[in-house]
Amino acid sequence: MKTDLEKSPRFQQTQQRRDFLGIAATWSAIATVCVALMGALRLPIPWAFPESSRRVKLGSPSLFQGIAITPLPEERLWIFSDSQGLYAMSAICTHLGCVVARQENGSFFCPCHGSRFDAQGKVVKGPAPKGLIHLSLTLSTDGQLVVDHDKEVGSDVRLQA
Amino acid sequence: MESESTQKDAGDSSSHQDGSSHSDGSSRQDTDGAQPPGALLQLWQNLTSTPWQFCKSVVRHGRPTSDRAASQVIFSNVFLHILPTRISLHALKFRATLGLGVITLVLFFLLTITGIALMVYYKPSTAEAYNSMKEIQYVVPTGRFMRNIHRWGAHAMVLFVLLHMARAFYTAAYKKPRQFNWFIGMVLLVLTLALSFTGYLLPWDQLAYWAVTIGSEIAQSPRELTDALGITSWFDIGGFQKRLLLGSNHVGEEALIRFYVLHVAVLPILLCTFLAVHFWRIRKDGGLARPSDHTGADHLPLQSISNPISSSKTFGLMAVVRGQTPAVNRSMTNTVPTWPNAIYAIAALSMLTFAVMLCLGFCFDAPLKEFANPNVPENPAKAPWYFLGLQEMVSYSAFMGGVAIPAIVVLGLMLVPYLDREQEEAGVWFSGPLGKRICLLSALLTTVVIVGVLAFTINFGWLRNWYPNIPQIIITFVNPGTLFLVIFMVWSFAVTKRTNSTRMGALAIFTCFFVAFIILTYFATVHRGPNWDFYWSQSDWPVH
Repeated sequence: MKTDLEKSPRFQQTQQRRDFLGIAATWSAIATVCVALMGALRLPIPWAFPESSRRVKLGSPSLFQGIAITPLPEERLWIFSDSQGLYAMSAICTHLGCVVARQENGSFFCPCHGSRFDAQGKVVKGPAPKGLIHLSLTLSTDGQLVVDHDKEVGSDVRLQA
Repeated sequence: MESESTQKDAGDSSSHQDGSSHSDGSSRQDTDGAQPPGALLQLWQNLTSTPWQFCKSVVRHGRPTSDRAASQVIFSNVFLHILPTRISLHALKFRATLGLGVITLVLFFLLTITGIALMVYYKPSTAEAYNSMKEIQYVVPTGRFMRNIHRWGAHAMVLFVLLHMARAFYTAAYKKPRQFNWFIGMVLLVLTLALSFTGYLLPWDQLAYWAVTIGSEIAQSPRELTDALGITSWFDIGGFQKRLLLGSNHVGEEALIRFYVLHVAVLPILLCTFLAVHFWRIRKDGGLARPSDHTGADHLPLQSISNPISSSKTFGLMAVVRGQTPAVNRSMTNTVPTWPNAIYAIAALSMLTFAVMLCLGFCFDAPLKEFANPNVPENPAKAPWYFLGLQEMVSYSAFMGGVAIPAIVVLGLMLVPYLDREQEEAGVWFSGPLGKRICLLSALLTTVVIVGVLAFTINFGWLRNWYPNIPQIIITFVNPGTLFLVIFMVWSFAVTKRTNSTRMGALAIFTCFFVAFIILTYFATVHRGPNWDFYWSQSDWPVH
């Protein structure tokens, strides 16, 4: 039941203008909160992590050549040498990040949840979702061996040095 | 009381007059006909009566000898007025609540106090944290005691939060109008677990380091799924979660600071906020869930302002606005004054909790292992007991056991009041004999299923042992954990159909989860040893 005043076009025009202002105010408030939240949530992830480089120089390749397996516990990896060349395998279990141990027979096992890997790092038992990660090996310009902890390579990749 | 306060007011005004004008004083001398006390004498009298007057200004009512004064004790005190002035007899019965909520709150107080004491000496840096723990343990007077209480209190708080949840569930306390408070309760459960988890890293010993390494890798485990789908390179939610938690790629300085900030500031503030809402809602939802007083209405009828029943303030105020009023003071029958009945019960329970925690703190030392060594994992690296059930499931599939199933369980619990809306008598354990039978059957079924599946996997292994080249995604979705989930859901649906009651279905699935949690926790605590292999007891563990 509208009064004559409410039916008048002038009134409806004003009303529309008020609705518009109300909606605009609401949405700008929501937008402001969203931008502020995004800014606040962006803070915990820095552009660069405060840690040493994930590319590490390991020394001359001749240190590793001809030795079937060299453990580097500080880097949590092994350097293997076979007829085709050198390759590096991470010692971090792909399940939940524990450090795996090498057995007498060349296979690996993880102490945390019992995952087992064969000599090539392939999962044979347990909850690990994938095999041990083979890491990229390159030579730096000064002839040193460089391992990149962030770069995964296939298990058949070898470095001829 | 009334006469005393008038006297006091008179005294105040006369001394005021004495100070302001002398002529007034002399005129009163004529009317009284007695020697007026001099201002100095008055001052002396004021001084000697100050302690009493101070007390009277703090507590305005007299001794709680009448029901009226007893009510004033409650509603004129900012801390006590979260309680109603009268409380139903049902809520005071021990078997109605088992006192679990009160015990949890007392434990939280204890944890706050001991936590602040520990903060005085604790230094959140990888170089100093372990040393400061040793300092607290061996040098600081009562430091070891404070830390023991803090550690055992944390364990106890998780235990009592879980028991409190079970109590609320089995007495149907999640039903309308308490749905939202049940939801808040679930938030509080998650916050309590988060507080425990963040506190676990702080000592920076081997146990802390490896438990948190595993925890943060669980946060990263959605990669198991994204890897299988081949979308990790552009949608790495797992990696994002881990880096958000650790502020780095591995557990280190940044992770320690983050956990510390979460543990001492962010999570306690959130917990206190939700705690306040939780308590507020208990009152606004009509107090503890209890069987109806046979007044008929579960909700207040619309009140008119002139209704003589609307004696309480909230009642009267809300009556002005038409609509559904909060369910306060549903009925005054079968109630007693909160002071002293409920207050004494709460005080006694608090004393008991304090006493038990003090004894635990005196008798048992909190563990502190070797300094954290990122190159040598603990074997076995066990999480605190309340996460061990999860750790057992994580040993089938990291993503399913560590992320998906817990998320489904917590979400499912939050949704229970919205899925099961049958209105029935609240405050009755197991909703009667049928419910009791359903719960017993569910517990039995769960025990058989879990013990059976565990025995099977220990003896025969799981899919990968039979098909070494099986794709990971199949193991992610078909493992003992998901098997339990499916069996329990099917059982719950069957119960719902058979009894034609959603409440019975809810009882069935809750009991399944609760019993499964207990069995898995027990199993992982006692029967899992080095390499997460099965052992009958710890004495069978190989020496290494």
